[in-house]
Amino acid sequence: MGNHANVARAHPSVPDAADVNFYQFKGRWSGLASWIFSTDHKRIGLMYLTLMLIFFTVGMSLGFLMRLELIAPGRTIVDAQTYNVFFTLHGVFMIFLFVIPGLSASLGNFILPIMIGAKDVQFPRLNLLSWWLFLFGALIAITALFTGSGPPDTGWTFYAPYSIRTGTNVTLAACAVFVLGFSSILTGLNFVTTIHRMRAPGMTFFRMPLFVWSVYATGWLQVIATPVIGITMALIMVERSFGIGVFDPVKGGDPILYQHLFWIYSHPAVYIMILPALGAISDILSVHARRTIFGYKFIAMSSVAIALFGSIVWAHHMFVSGNSLVANFVFSLLTMIVAIPSAIKVFNWVATLYKGSIQLETPMLYALAFIFLFMIGGFTGMMIGVLSVDVHVHDTYFIVGHFHYILFGGLGFSMFGSLHHWFPKMFGRMYNQVPSKIAWFLTFVGFNVLYLPMLILGWEGMPRRYYDYLPEFQKWHVVSTVGSWIMIAGILTMFINLLHSIKHGKICTEPNPWGGGRTLEWTVPSPPPLENFDEIPTVTRGAYDVAPAEVK
Amino acid sequence: MSHEAGHNEEHAQHEPAGYGSYFLTWFSLLALTAITVAAAGMHFGSMSVLVALVIAVVKASIVLYLFMHLKYEDATFHRLLLIVIVAMSIFIGLTFTDTLFR
Amino acid sequence: MSTHSIALASHKDYRGSKFAIWLFLITEIILFGGMFLLYSVYRSEYAQDFHHAAGELNTLVGTMNTLILLTSSLTMALGIAATHRGNRKLALLMIAATVVCAGWFMVNKYFEWGAKIHHGIYPGSEHLAAFPKGEQLFFGLYFMMTGVHGIHVLVGMALLTVMFVRVMNQPNARLSFVAGHGLQRAEGCHLAIIDKDGTALWKGEEIDSTMERIDVQTKYWPVKERFRVVDFNLLENSGLYWHIVDIIWIFLFPLFYLIT
Repeated sequence: MGNHANVARAHPSVPDAADVNFYQFKGRWSGLASWIFSTDHKRIGLMYLTLMLIFFTVGMSLGFLMRLELIAPGRTIVDAQTYNVFFTLHGVFMIFLFVIPGLSASLGNFILPIMIGAKDVQFPRLNLLSWWLFLFGALIAITALFTGSGPPDTGWTFYAPYSIRTGTNVTLAACAVFVLGFSSILTGLNFVTTIHRMRAPGMTFFRMPLFVWSVYATGWLQVIATPVIGITMALIMVERSFGIGVFDPVKGGDPILYQHLFWIYSHPAVYIMILPALGAISDILSVHARRTIFGYKFIAMSSVAIALFGSIVWAHHMFVSGNSLVANFVFSLLTMIVAIPSAIKVFNWVATLYKGSIQLETPMLYALAFIFLFMIGGFTGMMIGVLSVDVHVHDTYFIVGHFHYILFGGLGFSMFGSLHHWFPKMFGRMYNQVPSKIAWFLTFVGFNVLYLPMLILGWEGMPRRYYDYLPEFQKWHVVSTVGSWIMIAGILTMFINLLHSIKHGKICTEPNPWGGGRTLEWTVPSPPPLENFDEIPTVTRGAYDVAPAEVK
Repeated sequence: MSHEAGHNEEHAQHEPAGYGSYFLTWFSLLALTAITVAAAGMHFGSMSVLVALVIAVVKASIVLYLFMHLKYEDATFHRLLLIVIVAMSIFIGLTFTDTLFR
Repeated sequence: MSTHSIALASHKDYRGSKFAIWLFLITEIILFGGMFLLYSVYRSEYAQDFHHAAGELNTLVGTMNTLILLTSSLTMALGIAATHRGNRKLALLMIAATVVCAGWFMVNKYFEWGAKIHHGIYPGSEHLAAFPKGEQLFFGLYFMMTGVHGIHVLVGMALLTVMFVRVMNQPNARLSFVAGHGLQRAEGCHLAIIDKDGTALWKGEEIDSTMERIDVQTKYWPVKERFRVVDFNLLENSGLYWHIVDIIWIFLFPLFYLIT
């Protein structure tokens, strides 16, 4: 049984899909339709990125306003109810519309098939459906802002029984989360199947790039954990609409059970957020330190371990909610374990850098900053995993500082670094170097000025989600707010630089512009053609090994 | 464009079970249903939940292995079943460390 | 003249598709699992109330519905087995029977819920609010869980109806050559059907640059000896979905109806 073989040359008047990059390929549609109806994983990844960066900007603006309000005690720019809405929406936009899709939906979509030597994902149309569901869920969330009784004021966690009683648009918001969850599930399903079925010949699991490993582990979390938030949001909607009573103490319901169900998803969700970020860092370090990854197998397995252990620690978010002492003890103990695989990664990264030929390109700067910030986030996480400490700092700014270090210092910096690192591959151009480094510096300095005071404030007792506070806390609030201005200046500089470079950056079409790229995406043109590869490669070596002929 | 080799299970499959075996499966499910209804009438006290659940698990296993052909699938698909059983056990089990000890 | 054979429908990955549907079924099990978690916790807390409230439910209807759903699983399995044996009529009959069973289940559910609502037992009712807390939770969970299950039954009915139409019209295979995407590699060639002796049973025009697109579509019904599972991939996956719906009910039935 043959196949329609690679025969003659392309007819000159009709460019063949293999000769042009994927932007230039002319399919059935044109204009906007060629994007929103495209099943090409690269376009879908870019569409996710576009939406996500818009939502990030909304979330960042809300954060900016929150910090403005908090620069002084009492009312500064808005009233208390509005402030409650601000932090709810900041959380909803950042978490559900930016961090959870994160590097998986954006970069994962773009680069995963290329990294494993495939032409697309296993189910391209399902992939497009995932994006449409993401857009649809986002539109529902935005609708919740402007209609009816006003945007939700429950915090992004929608805790019962307040979420059941409040008149604000919780039902709509819960519906949005449900739809977004469905999008996430389908993406996870798609990626796990793709990685199992579409790796190039010779690419065993232990020859895959580490970003692929992390997306794989993330995919499993999406499949296993996300249905729980789906049913939880459905339960909230039905409780509000019909009063079934499962979370309502008046009818015998237990609000703590809501918290269990909520966090059974939302804790693994933070690993959904961070795992691809960790994977990307491995890849960035390898290229810009010109080194193979030290401890490849350990890092690969640690991604799976993080996914596993991260699924059994959820109630550490509930230490002061009214849990039994037994549960608190069990979950505190389990939480200690989850730090281990993360630490393994950090050790191996540092070992990778050792005796490497470190190029301080912008992606490397973000990666180094990542390691520093992720460690602070991780250490503070270990602290609050200890029951006796958390009893004091729960619901204070210490928690807020912790998760911003991990999420923003972690995923945020990894995403910024990844945008720069894979920029030439995605856009066929190079960004301007000097503004990118200035932006990095401002972002890094501003970040620490913004969030380090929060750790101090929390330790001193400043509660979170509070609109007003005692005058003794003001000093650090002022520092933090000024930090937010510096950081936002940095981020805006970065965005402007990158956006400008997409159109006007120096053209860069070589497959391997950084020179140190060893994984398969650095063997195809920048930007890649529609089906990525003219011929599916056969893999004969590990992802970060240099083939003997390539050693110079 | 290359043709993915190895996806030729299309030619390898055959129908694993005859019509008759499906009827047999169905009869055993009906019988188990009768048993579980009858058992509900008996007084097992605190064990009655366990009895009902055990019978339900047996019925579900029959549907999984025979109707859904899990019996003829390789280890990968059995692992998927194991994964979901372990996940649910952890979610419910660890929740009970809280609710059982309040 | 050299010939290249074209594999029709060569891009389907049967195993990958099966793997993916099992992943999806896992998400469905966990979706219901969240509600089973609530049930188990509240059951352990309000054992007596649950026991008492279960007496309100009609065990006969519940048992009937269980038997109906089990039978629908049988017809589903038989329908798929029929495709393996090249028996199109039986396959269509069995798929239709499955949809009918599902419909009967929903009709029963409609009357069952209707009766409860008529007696004032429904979420948010004043009558129910006077019940002991455990019983309120029992009925809250009952409506929620059988409701979500019912939605899945309806979705299954729609899905199987679509499958019925597909099996009636299929299987078929389609292959496309598009300009800019492989068509020019066939320029100068002809599309032909050649039997095993090399005789051209049919030969098309020469493919040239004026052609924008060639679609080849075949409709065929495989005999038992030439059966390929990949042709009935979607039907099999729909069957797997339907069996999970049955399995969910296998657990719902004793937990709500038989704990008297």
